[in-house]
Amino acid sequence: MKIAVCIKRVPDTEARIKIGADGKTIDESGVKFVLNPYDEFAVEEALRLKEKAGAGEVVVVALGGDTTQETMRTALAMGADRGVLLKVDALPLDPFPVASALADELRAGGFDLILCGKIAADDSSHATGVMVAELLGLPAVSAVSSLVIADGKGTAEREIEGGVEVAEFALPAVITAEKGLNEPRYPALKGIMAAKKKPLEVKPTTLAATGLAVVELAYPAERKGGRIVGEGADAVPALIEALQTEAKVL
Amino acid sequence: MANVLVVLEQRDGSLKRVALEMLSAGRALADQLGGEVHAIALGPSGFTAGAAGAHGADRVLLCADDRVSLYQAGLYAATLAGQARAGYAAVLVGATAMGKDLAPRLAARLKAPLAADVTAVAVDQGAIVVTRPVYAGKAFYRLRVTAPLVVISVRPNSVMPAEVARAGTTTPVAVVEGTGPTTTAVKEPEQATLDVAEAGIVVSGGRGLKEPGHFKLLEDLAAAFGGQATVGASRAVVDAGWRPHAEQVGQTGKTVSPNLYIAVGISGAIQHVAGMRTSKVIVAINKDKDAPIFKLADYGIVGDLFDIVPRLTEAVRKIRSA
Repeated sequence: MKIAVCIKRVPDTEARIKIGADGKTIDESGVKFVLNPYDEFAVEEALRLKEKAGAGEVVVVALGGDTTQETMRTALAMGADRGVLLKVDALPLDPFPVASALADELRAGGFDLILCGKIAADDSSHATGVMVAELLGLPAVSAVSSLVIADGKGTAEREIEGGVEVAEFALPAVITAEKGLNEPRYPALKGIMAAKKKPLEVKPTTLAATGLAVVELAYPAERKGGRIVGEGADAVPALIEALQTEAKVL
Repeated sequence: MANVLVVLEQRDGSLKRVALEMLSAGRALADQLGGEVHAIALGPSGFTAGAAGAHGADRVLLCADDRVSLYQAGLYAATLAGQARAGYAAVLVGATAMGKDLAPRLAARLKAPLAADVTAVAVDQGAIVVTRPVYAGKAFYRLRVTAPLVVISVRPNSVMPAEVARAGTTTPVAVVEGTGPTTTAVKEPEQATLDVAEAGIVVSGGRGLKEPGHFKLLEDLAAAFGGQATVGASRAVVDAGWRPHAEQVGQTGKTVSPNLYIAVGISGAIQHVAGMRTSKVIVAINKDKDAPIFKLADYGIVGDLFDIVPRLTEAVRKIRSA
């Protein structure tokens, strides 16, 4: 089974975000960058499917600058076979040019399955994987929490509001991973050593123009400070009073 | 022409609340652009999208066909993209499970930029400007649309539905075939629960609950609010397997904006706060008076949640039955 996994380098979800001097991008100094958490589920699923099939290849594909290579080595250390970095100076906020570049790379790859994380922890568009599928004319199921692949077909489950949607599709297809799809492995030392020698091809890439211009990047309004209404269960009446008369939510 | 196309979501043949929110967002945008609101709805045969006119739709494009009673990605995308090519300035869809899947499909088919999960849409000097939280709400972008058509998904609960009577003239639309996965079923839990992203009140628990069985306290409190409240959870307790991921609030869970968010035994880690900071009113109950959650909360009680929560439940019950 030949599987591609699209991955992204993002700030750690625990990182504090500081806005840069230009007011349009984040200040990356001192920020720890990681493999996007949802992409870890995608990499893990690809590895399991390859292991189950007993043969195949897992190729990780990413868009980004040179620093993205480090993120890709994490996926290679988990067990992916090789990487392709589509090298760009900066990633736009519009998922369309990103998906277009990925689709162009993946189109002739002969992949049975393309896996992505459902959303990137930085720009949070929840879009790239599904867009890649549309651009390639493939079926896609997004935010998948359960996946079964057999005999050239697949069944996927995705959480929707108050239920679970069950979808069937034919391969090749694109799946985007939700948390809970699996439990990603930690790279073992052996894997980390092996990853250093795995092929990682760098392809300079030019992105299509975006139709979204950044006006500003700003912090959300601070919540105005609240108050402690009291200590212990005896404070409950004061809380109820505040919720009824001040906040008017009861 | 600066008309706006609004995609209306239904479940079991009834418009969802988010559909009315999108109509209000669309109406406000169309008024600023000097255009009309056209609503498009796909649903089972007999479905009418009846409330659309009363909530601001000048025209309703109605595709009532049993093939699209459930969300079928391929059919929905092909049918909607066909209509959206009629010279609209923007296509609006709610950023729900369906909308988050559908919006990128439309953008790809229309070769249009996608502004996903926005919390505000405005017009500045003739251009559409959107606000979208990024880094799970730790910052937000304001983006100006420079393309002739944009697909915008709008976060649920960020626009209030409003009644604005318009003609709502209905035109039937035929299903357009399209390739995609086939939705074969929607499995509903034995006990129907309100989704944490849609509930008006969320009662969330964290590690302070000490063990999974103690979430009963929060279920009782949620039940006391009478059908508008549901239980949420922190990442720590979801990762520990105490609660399902569907309930997780935070950066790797759901982003919620309820009218009332009650955080019980939750310290307020940055990734949790990212998912609930836009709640209208936040209440925190925690034994640690220095817990970061108190900096965010409108009202806090310091103390033992095992004493406080049952008393709160009792008080809420009393109010509800009064």
